[in-house]
Amino acid sequence: MIRGCKNQKRRMFMKEFKCGLRDGIPIAVGYFAVSFGFGVVAFQDGVPAWLSVLMSLTNVTSAGQFAGLEIIAAASGVMLATVLEMILTQFIINLRYALMSLSLTQKLSPSVKGWQRFVIAFANTDEIFAVAMAHTGEVAFPYMLGLQLLPILGWTGGTAAGALACGLLPTSLQVALGVALYGMFIAIVVPVARRSRPVMIVVLLALLFSCALKYIPGAVGLPEMSGGFAIILCTVLAAGIGAAFFKSDDREEDDA
Amino acid sequence: MSWSEILLYIAVMAIVTYLIRCIPLTVFRKKIKSRFIRSFLQYVPYACLTAMTVPAIFYAADGSFSLGGMMALIAALIVSFFVENLTVVAVVACAAMFITNLFL
Repeated sequence: MIRGCKNQKRRMFMKEFKCGLRDGIPIAVGYFAVSFGFGVVAFQDGVPAWLSVLMSLTNVTSAGQFAGLEIIAAASGVMLATVLEMILTQFIINLRYALMSLSLTQKLSPSVKGWQRFVIAFANTDEIFAVAMAHTGEVAFPYMLGLQLLPILGWTGGTAAGALACGLLPTSLQVALGVALYGMFIAIVVPVARRSRPVMIVVLLALLFSCALKYIPGAVGLPEMSGGFAIILCTVLAAGIGAAFFKSDDREEDDA
Repeated sequence: MSWSEILLYIAVMAIVTYLIRCIPLTVFRKKIKSRFIRSFLQYVPYACLTAMTVPAIFYAADGSFSLGGMMALIAALIVSFFVENLTVVAVVACAAMFITNLFL
């Protein structure tokens, strides 16, 4: 009996895991394209291929890595100063993940154990988070594991391919690959905004605030706000106003 | 720069990024009751991705405003309206950028 129960558990695990793997395929392909661009840029900045691959494997974040690369490329002199700048930059650019991880806690099945949360946290990227949130019902550990596996491989593999193939690509193509990341972001936002009016309004607000923060300070002679800060501010304002006016339908109402 | 120094920076990046993702996920275990906060958290990813894309996409090429970036945005918006596929939209954005730059 006990054995049968165990087998059943394993079958459930594999079913959820495979479901996650399947949902992760398009993210993995998109990541490969984007991180190919990252590998190219890293190589141009003089970072050896194995180090940019290691960075992708251990960070699994797009914007943060591009910013980190800029700091490494520009680094000169005091190492401690560069480390501090790195900590601050990563903190601000990636602070959105804290909001996303917080959102994800509301979506996780109660069956997810403590240590499993430490594993899930590793690759809670924008896209993986968005797909997990769009999943019907609660998400369990095997699903998250499956969902993260291929994108991590795609992200790391793309970096390797980009760093190694860099010399072979014409500059015009290297430049064009730089917008793959944004294309992926747009592909996540538009379908949801199209179906949900509140999300559409939140998106338009974020767009407005983001452009205002970029262009208004310069026009009135103030220094431009750092990119990471601007993103956090826009996110909090747009999502906050959205939440004040449109309460979500609470599709996943507590089962209790 | 020596590779050991780059290795140090990568380690710093990885630790900061992991802690940001990990702390909220492991500390908060309960369902949040407030509908305001639940709605807010639901809107976060879309607000954030939008703010990260525009206007940054216009400056993706070399830091100065580029028509290619604008065409990439327009093309991606149109295609994502009809095709729900991350890869297709990403490739279309790159293609729009590439083709626009051919004519400049």
